[in-house]
Amino acid sequence: MASKQTDVKDLVDRKYRHGFITDIDADTVPPGLDESVIRLISGKKREPRFMLDWRLKAFEHWLTMREPNWAKLKLEPIDYQSISYYSAPKRPTDGPKSLDEVDPKLLETYDKLGIPLHERARLAGVAVDAVFDSVSVTTTFKEKLADAGVIFCSFSEAVLEHPELVERYLGTVVPQRDNYFAALNSAVFSDGSFVYVPKGVRCPMELSTYFRINAANTGQFERTLVIADEGSHVSYLEGCTAPQRDENQLHAAVVELIAEKDAEIKYSTVQNWYPGDEEGRGGIYNFVTKRGDCRGDRSKISWTQVEAGSAITWKYPSCVLRGNDSVGEFYSVAVTNNHQQADTGTKMVHIGKNTKSTIISKGISAGRAQNAYRGLVKIFPTADNSRNYTQCDSLLMGNQCGAHTFPYMEIKNPNAIVEHEATTSKISEDQLFYCLQRGLTEEDAVNMIVNGFCKEVFRELPMEFAVEAQNLMNVSLEGAVG
Amino acid sequence: MLLEIKNLHVSVGGTEIIKGLNLAINAGEVHAIMGPNGSGKSTLAQTLAGRADFTVTGGAIIYKGENLLEMEADERARAGLFLGFQYPVEIPGVSNVYLLKAALNARRKASGQPEIDSVEFMRFVREKAALMELDQKFLARGVNEGFSGGEKKRNEIFQMAVLEPDFAVLDETDSGLDIDALKVVANGVNKQRDGKRSFLLITHYQRLLGYIQPDHVHVLAGGQIVRSGDKSLALELEEHGYDDILATAKA
Repeated sequence: MASKQTDVKDLVDRKYRHGFITDIDADTVPPGLDESVIRLISGKKREPRFMLDWRLKAFEHWLTMREPNWAKLKLEPIDYQSISYYSAPKRPTDGPKSLDEVDPKLLETYDKLGIPLHERARLAGVAVDAVFDSVSVTTTFKEKLADAGVIFCSFSEAVLEHPELVERYLGTVVPQRDNYFAALNSAVFSDGSFVYVPKGVRCPMELSTYFRINAANTGQFERTLVIADEGSHVSYLEGCTAPQRDENQLHAAVVELIAEKDAEIKYSTVQNWYPGDEEGRGGIYNFVTKRGDCRGDRSKISWTQVEAGSAITWKYPSCVLRGNDSVGEFYSVAVTNNHQQADTGTKMVHIGKNTKSTIISKGISAGRAQNAYRGLVKIFPTADNSRNYTQCDSLLMGNQCGAHTFPYMEIKNPNAIVEHEATTSKISEDQLFYCLQRGLTEEDAVNMIVNGFCKEVFRELPMEFAVEAQNLMNVSLEGAVG
Repeated sequence: MLLEIKNLHVSVGGTEIIKGLNLAINAGEVHAIMGPNGSGKSTLAQTLAGRADFTVTGGAIIYKGENLLEMEADERARAGLFLGFQYPVEIPGVSNVYLLKAALNARRKASGQPEIDSVEFMRFVREKAALMELDQKFLARGVNEGFSGGEKKRNEIFQMAVLEPDFAVLDETDSGLDIDALKVVANGVNKQRDGKRSFLLITHYQRLLGYIQPDHVHVLAGGQIVRSGDKSLALELEEHGYDDILATAKA
């Protein structure tokens, strides 16, 4: 609609539903970062020696590194000394033994977020680890999972209860020195989730972690480690929200996935950190390193992400296809509105023979947002008969936003077949008029067209979350008609 | 009277295309508008449906006693006005049934009816698809996604059958159809004639009118209706071509 297109600017009006703050007594360490802070975090968690040493080694290296600047992002300088690296809701004793001991304000917070932790109201068939600022509040369905031999707990707990597994796998996919933010995370990570699925076990339910940043001036540095042993199968989903604040907050997480022989990991993310306001004030800096290692033959790792929040999203969930006949997949929807920026994509590293990867990326830009797909397909000389298919589609709404595609390919094996397709489109006036003529409102018409555009990715999400993702898109693009 | 167009003037991109058009349609009537290329046929159809980049510079359109020009395109649709598009667009990833269910419910909501539930809806659309001789596989496919020209036109008639409008404007639905597809489309329209629903058929050729018997035929030229008559006018056109008619009209 010609007359309406000019009003895009006025129409863009994002409503963020999770912007509330929980008023709770917290144990927060003063801002600043030095060796003593790392010793303090490790001490609070009563970590074994190997863990502290690991952190200190990472910190030592981080001090020698510089923040990367190659991404297509406009970024305020981050003052790492003004961030508090640990904040946890105060609790009387060591930690709640059951939900009765969890502060009701926390339970209420998760209720409001639509993630009930009470037994009676729990999401059917989904086990949840609830992480609030730097610590895990509770993990549901632990016993039921234990019956199947599956370990699903907070990372801190895993360090204490299963140190041999942590020591064996931690940092084997994303080393401490991998990159600036991964090194920082390795030094100061506070909590996160740990999953171990033993040989031959198909995890009986969806696993999910819900991350919530609450405290001001803190960073969240969670660490997630998922290990699928030979012939096992697990599906894991993470959700994220944060309060509405005027300053930017840093979220620098690391996720490591390990799939042994014949194992399969499906990892889905619905990211809805606070995106900042219409003028671009505030919002989360979401700088995350996610990598999966298809270590065994015939293993498979599949990433699905719906990135709707954050002022800046900067991450590339990747697969190292080491095992022969292993499979890597990346399905992504990144939606940016107002002043949001996203530089996201994946790396598919083919090392084993007959390895296959699929990349489907859908970028949606509205308002003044910038959305970039950056991807690397790397075929090693060893990767005979490997295949990659990449499809990048961008949808623009209005005329002040941008979409960019940076596909990199390094192909060192002549037998490889690599395909890349890319499209950029706008919601056409003809499509909009067609829907209006059938009686849909403009808002509904846009939502329908956008959801249609994202369908290939949404259908990869676990059913319980596909609807949530669709609704999230509708909220994110509220008013962004053009 | 269902629709009354009085002295309508419409400009597209600063050029006046419709120049003082008058037309009245009663409930239950089928009108056909014929005319050479560039006479303003499609402009009229899209103006009725509320295309925003077409500017009405004068005149009035009264639909069901209301000022149609004050209504947005989606309001007109919910008030029972349907446009069968000359070039239906593709909407990738949105299934035909999904669009139709949203459209039907938008209409029901506007008229104070409850939303139709999914089971009832599926039964209803299957019935309509059968009526239109449309393969069930089209229901789940993306709206017009990868459809042939003929399939797109049949899909328009199918959507009309589901939405049950009070007034349907079919913009050159017959163009690009082979004779079998033409029969199917015509048959679909005929099945929906019920003495209450009105149709405005916009066509370049007489052959569609061999299958759909119109009550009135109008010739549009130079942005005005230059002649009106019964169905015999269409046959006259077929025989003598537009030039003769236009020459007589001018004289």
